Amino acid sequence: MWTWFYRLASPPYVYRTAGALTPWFLSAAAAAIGYGAVAGLVFAPPDYQQGDAFRIIYVHAPSAWLSMFAYTTLAVAGAIGLIWRIKMGYAVAAVSAPIGASFTLSALVTGSLWGRPMWGTYWAWDPRLTSELILLFLYVGVMSLRSAFEDPGRGDRAAALLAIVGVVNIPIIHYSVVWWNSLHQGATVAKIGIPAMPGSMLWPLLAMLLGFMCFYGAVLCMRLRGEVLNRERQAAWVREAMKS
Amino acid sequence: MGGYARFVWPCFALVSGVLAWNLWAAARYQAEARKRAVRALAMMGEDR
Repeated sequence: MWTWFYRLASPPYVYRTAGALTPWFLSAAAAAIGYGAVAGLVFAPPDYQQGDAFRIIYVHAPSAWLSMFAYTTLAVAGAIGLIWRIKMGYAVAAVSAPIGASFTLSALVTGSLWGRPMWGTYWAWDPRLTSELILLFLYVGVMSLRSAFEDPGRGDRAAALLAIVGVVNIPIIHYSVVWWNSLHQGATVAKIGIPAMPGSMLWPLLAMLLGFMCFYGAVLCMRLRGEVLNRERQAAWVREAMKS
Repeated sequence: MGGYARFVWPCFALVSGVLAWNLWAAARYQAEARKRAVRALAMMGEDR
């Protein structure tokens, strides 16, 4: 039953699998993002309160979701590295960090640009905004800590520990709009059974979310192949892989 | 864009830039790792 899990510990298997998955993820991402962007910008009707400014949701929400998903991946992969001593766990954690950090920054900036016309300000020390900013600092901290050690193994372990401690911030970001008074609007898609959006607005958003997840999968696989090569440069299987 | 174009378009432009940067950086990272691996293998061959 656990064979698939232990196979993930094999660098050549990870290298090959990541290479095979990349074009599928990229194609799915291109199709979903293409549809989502056109449908969101052109076909979705303006919001009755926010007008056309609501269209920012089609890039803001997927960026914010991805920022949390990439961090959760980072923390889980780091934990796998620490608990099972699977080096590929550390490799996944290492490559997930810069991708997640870029989407966190994107979520913060697009949120800020959306906040200006809606709230009258680019920034407020609101629980959702502040916890998302802390997420950016966590990403920077994890990346800095990893590169601060001369011994890569120690850097991996230290970064994994920080990532695991920092994962407590993820539910805080998600539930901040429920737990505290917030300028930020509540859940839009995750409200099961209570449609907060009509289908003409919701489908493009779901497509963008799917597209961003596939895009993350694609760039994670591409970076992972590089990371595996960096870590396994001297291995015999690399010689064979470089010949092909 | 109902008067919101100066907020909506920069958001889409920024995210397009982030997507493009991620793709470029990942491709570059992979290519450089491959180059380093080939160089390391060549050096190992010379040592023998």
